[in-house]
Amino acid sequence: MKQLYYDVKKCLGCKSCEVACAVAHSLSDELFKAIKEEKLSLPRKKVFFSKAKNYPVSCRHCKDPKCVDACMAAALTYDKEKGMVLHDEARCVGCWMCVMVCPYGAVRPNLKTKMPLRCDKCKDKKEPSCVKACPTGAVIWQEEVK
Amino acid sequence: MSSIEQKSIDPATQEALRKAKEENIKTAWDRLESQEPQCGFGQLGVCCTVCAMGPCRIDPFGEGAQAGVCGADADTIAARNLARKIAVGASAHSDHGRDVAHTLAIIAEGHSHSGKGSHSHDYGILDVEKLKVLAQEYDIDTNKSQEQIVKELSQKLLAEFGRQEGELTFSKRAPKKRREIWKKLDIVPRGIDREVVELLHTTHMGVDNDYKNIIKTGMRCALSDGWGGSMIATDVQDVILGSPVPVRSKVNLGVLKENYVNIVVHGHEPILSEMAVKASQDPELVKLAKSKGAQGINLAGICCTANEVLMRHGIPVAGNFLQQELAIITGAVEVMMVDVQCIMPALREIASCFHTKLVTTSPKARFPGVTHIEFTIDKAYEVAKQIIQLGIENFSNRNKGRVNIPKQEMDLVAGFTKEIIFQILGGRYRATYKPLNEAIISGRLRGLAGVVGCNNVKQTHDYFHTALVKELIKRDVLVLQTGCSAIACAKQGLLIPEAAKEYAGKGLQEICEAVGIPPVLHLGSCVDNSRILSAASYIIKEGGLGEDLSDIPAAGCAPEWMSEKAITIGFYFVASGVYTVFGAQPFATLGSKNLTDYLTGGMEKDVAGRFEFCDDPLKMAQLMIAHIDKKRRALNLKPAMYES
Repeated sequence: MKQLYYDVKKCLGCKSCEVACAVAHSLSDELFKAIKEEKLSLPRKKVFFSKAKNYPVSCRHCKDPKCVDACMAAALTYDKEKGMVLHDEARCVGCWMCVMVCPYGAVRPNLKTKMPLRCDKCKDKKEPSCVKACPTGAVIWQEEVK
Repeated sequence: MSSIEQKSIDPATQEALRKAKEENIKTAWDRLESQEPQCGFGQLGVCCTVCAMGPCRIDPFGEGAQAGVCGADADTIAARNLARKIAVGASAHSDHGRDVAHTLAIIAEGHSHSGKGSHSHDYGILDVEKLKVLAQEYDIDTNKSQEQIVKELSQKLLAEFGRQEGELTFSKRAPKKRREIWKKLDIVPRGIDREVVELLHTTHMGVDNDYKNIIKTGMRCALSDGWGGSMIATDVQDVILGSPVPVRSKVNLGVLKENYVNIVVHGHEPILSEMAVKASQDPELVKLAKSKGAQGINLAGICCTANEVLMRHGIPVAGNFLQQELAIITGAVEVMMVDVQCIMPALREIASCFHTKLVTTSPKARFPGVTHIEFTIDKAYEVAKQIIQLGIENFSNRNKGRVNIPKQEMDLVAGFTKEIIFQILGGRYRATYKPLNEAIISGRLRGLAGVVGCNNVKQTHDYFHTALVKELIKRDVLVLQTGCSAIACAKQGLLIPEAAKEYAGKGLQEICEAVGIPPVLHLGSCVDNSRILSAASYIIKEGGLGEDLSDIPAAGCAPEWMSEKAITIGFYFVASGVYTVFGAQPFATLGSKNLTDYLTGGMEKDVAGRFEFCDDPLKMAQLMIAHIDKKRRALNLKPAMYES
């Protein structure tokens, strides 16, 4: 299955992936309309800066997901076939334990909707929107490296 | 990836694009694809690169930073970015105007006639009548000798650029009420260069942080273009090169001829291309071309240089902005000679795929590694001859197997000016705008629309221009056009008198048939948008349609805009009271709700004009017609006579 990888040497910190992510998860899926929606969509990935390098960070969909273990409402499950941590919004109680335990800081709380924000690999699309949005090719979508 | 039909509605363009694809030559459409998706911060106008504490970005989704390092918010950042574009657009037009005024000064000094004998080809005064009209506006005694008038006028025109106080002379053409609005808002344009400099100053780090005030300064700068730099460019070109009169010609890539030496002029300034027209008819050069196996020399134009030589000489137009690369891709262009503005850097590479020689002529616009033959006024004809000779000598390098000129060409009539409209409607001896005003008052004409501007690869090429204009004339709106928009409609056959019968509403048809004009009038290049302002001022002067430009049942539109000049034109129209619709994509201000709301709403309280952004040509027409009807009601006019 395919995973998101990042070449941090190529990341210029332009945050285009963040914008594309927020647009991809908006109702309209169009930038000019997305910024006017009542409930603003938020990006599920963030670019962090550390020691002269930029690090795009989003859910790694770990095989041994700490967040799934920590979820007291059983809203999180790991789907082996898809290689993804799935989030059931109906079950989620917004306790933020998943946010606390993520070793990468990749899960973020949306304080308005009381839901954690997590990369879903743009499940309805052919590939995650951040891949095409990256002008330097720092975001890589490829088969998992074993 | 969009299909060729989605790229352009023009069959000639489609055919050239097919050839480009076969030969694996990349054009603007391909380059757009490789740019997509484009930067969201840039599109929304919320990226600030003003100082070295940045670049800063405002998070459009409200979660991250809402202020730059200095504290500038989305309103300030978007307004400053827009203001800088206005300044650049005004600079482009006004610098063009300066060069024309400078040419007049050189004519006054007699430089063009000094040196080796007399250059009968070089510049003179071809419209003495207009010279006198301008002289009167500048309070010059017209009983003086022509040499003296030219000298004094050129000095006064050049002084407009460095003027510090007062108001630009041509801005006095605006109706009294309009000038009062400007005075009250403190946006009377004082000096052409001053307004650009002042606007740029306000956008420096830590100067103007009030978005409305930034836009106010922007409007004053734009007015110094519309009623200053551009108006000087238009009117003085008419004096030097002669005022256009209606002229028939042809348009589209089909005007390039297989057995001729094809010379394409491209850019915006007519001073050199005027000489190219003459040189292309030089018997010696024609003979040389024939000796190389060609049947003759064929001159054609692209963009506004095309419009200039079309208006004055009926030189055919090869295409508009997005066809510049395609003209070379026909494989039949010996020389493409360029001056300034809207010349794609890509031409260098495209030309290198063929035998075509790209020649730059302006010290302001050079391409690395490209032949540069610099134009100077004292050697104008020599330079033009040299470039055309280069083309003739290049003819034998043409690879005939690669020539593929699309067949399409269309007739058109161009050459309308504010003065000509007088004469056509009123007759030479009783020139007057009265018939035009009466047509609007009676409702035979619903109103007027200025449809202008560029092409933009983000939209289907030519579709927005033509769909909009067809809808407007169908509803009895007389359309005035300039620039690449006029070329788009010309290609679709809208600029011939016969188009009235096919496309226009009954009222407009009656007028077109009575006076023998097309339903769409070509007023020239993009600096010639100033002709629309002058014509509108005449309409108010004639009486019956209100006291201010904003009272006229009229609207403006740039359906496929892309350049900074288009933004400036939009601002001088809006600041002159015109409701103006922009297509393609909105200004990069959507990241600031306050600024966008002001441009599309709040401004109307201040200047009685505002912007509208719309991405559907038929909806644009509806918006413009609704505005025109609103203005008719405000004037207590009857509804349009043939209301459909």
